[in-house]
Amino acid sequence: MGFFTSLWQGFHSAIVRTFVTDDRYLIFAKGLQNTLVITLGALIVGIFIGVAVAVLKVYYYQVGPFKFWPSLGNFLRTGRLRYLNQVLLRLMDGFLNCYLTVFRGTPVVVQLMVWAFVVFSSTNEVLVAIIGFGINSGAYVAEIVRAGIMAVDKGQTEAGRSLGLSAWATMRLIVLPQAFKNVLPALSNEFIALLKETSIVGYIAVTDITKAAALVRARTFDAFIPLFFVASVYLIMVTILTYFQKKLETVLQASDRK
Amino acid sequence: MKNTTVTNDVAIQVTGLKKSFGDHEVLCGIDETIRKGEKVVVIGPSGSGKSTFLRCLNLLERPTEGRIFVQGNEITARGCNVDKLRQKMGMVFQHFNLFPHKTILENITLVPIHTGLMKRKEAVERAYSLLERIGLKEKALTYPNMLSGGQKQRVAIVRALAMSPEVMLFDEPTSALDPEMVGEVLSVMAELAEDGMTMVVVTHEMGFAKEVGTRVLFMDEGLILEQDEPKAFFANPKHPRLADFLSKVL
Repeated sequence: MGFFTSLWQGFHSAIVRTFVTDDRYLIFAKGLQNTLVITLGALIVGIFIGVAVAVLKVYYYQVGPFKFWPSLGNFLRTGRLRYLNQVLLRLMDGFLNCYLTVFRGTPVVVQLMVWAFVVFSSTNEVLVAIIGFGINSGAYVAEIVRAGIMAVDKGQTEAGRSLGLSAWATMRLIVLPQAFKNVLPALSNEFIALLKETSIVGYIAVTDITKAAALVRARTFDAFIPLFFVASVYLIMVTILTYFQKKLETVLQASDRK
Repeated sequence: MKNTTVTNDVAIQVTGLKKSFGDHEVLCGIDETIRKGEKVVVIGPSGSGKSTFLRCLNLLERPTEGRIFVQGNEITARGCNVDKLRQKMGMVFQHFNLFPHKTILENITLVPIHTGLMKRKEAVERAYSLLERIGLKEKALTYPNMLSGGQKQRVAIVRALAMSPEVMLFDEPTSALDPEMVGEVLSVMAELAEDGMTMVVVTHEMGFAKEVGTRVLFMDEGLILEQDEPKAFFANPKHPRLADFLSKVL
């Protein structure tokens, strides 16, 4: 009986205190569930917003860009709807730029607290977190997808349109699939970052897995086990995400073979 | 809206067509009538506006001024359904522009199916018979990246044909090809011409212009300077610019 035995006993009792005593594993389970729900929800919201913003911005630069005052002047002078359309498109682009600037230019934790304590005073903090992270992530996804769309050769759009596809059908069937393939690595990066960023939801009183670790640590006065445990959980989740990214890339590369 | 000068055998009529990019005027007023079944070949130095002229015909470029009628319908009129128009006008590009993420078969069937022109089964059958015609049936399930340039361009031609167009526009279809592949593409085009397709071809292939063309247009600096049937066109050019151009390319 010596040093190693007592080390093992200390370790063992710390594990028991962290996970077993008072059924503390349930806190971790609940935390993991919240982390996953928030990440997945924000992912869906983010992709939806991101793709929409990217497509609108690309569309604006394809038909425009327009200057606000001259277009407005033309509309007031001639009354033609074409100019009103230009004014509205210019306003839309301005609005989208504001969105990108504000949500990429302020810390996500501040945004989250604004959503939780200023905008909504909802008791459903998980939903608030999904909205907060989703809108934040959308701004990043928008720029990634926009880069992907612009990297697709203009000839692809022309070919689609020349065959008689509408602008939207060309975007959906021809351009976006190729854009998606271009930006898959960058998108994966964003999703990995999002997953890890959700670790700040403790700020708005959501028990995610990081907050769970903090709660347990405060009870057991042992930091080592809970912190290394949640770090491993994140690592495993990211590894799984990366695995699926690689799989998807392989599938999408089928058309690249010469 | 019908134009009085449009008769039934007119495929495309262009009046006063102008196109500017910013301050630069690329087309400076073009009037031209293309009849059904004609094979019109457009030649001219680079920057002469011949590609822009062609691209105006299916509104890939919006004319700055002027009117274009296709089969009697004014396509430059406001509210004209451009997508419907384009389904009747096939276009072949210099850089093929096949969809790299789709198989050859899907490249051909995608739009006919999506636009509701054909049911899937019918579209696939038609695609296979078109591919058989150009000898690429066994490539149906491969991707464009696996084909040679000549094969890609032949697929691009049948992709346009799958829509059963009434007019085919060719924008320098052989300019991006290795010399040994030019022939296979031109022979597909010649076959198409024999079948009676109305064709407008922008090209540098003078041999094709002579043998397949029914009329040759010479464009320079945004204008059609001269036109004639091929024999007379190449034998005695009247405009000094054309004479000069021909002496350089022939």
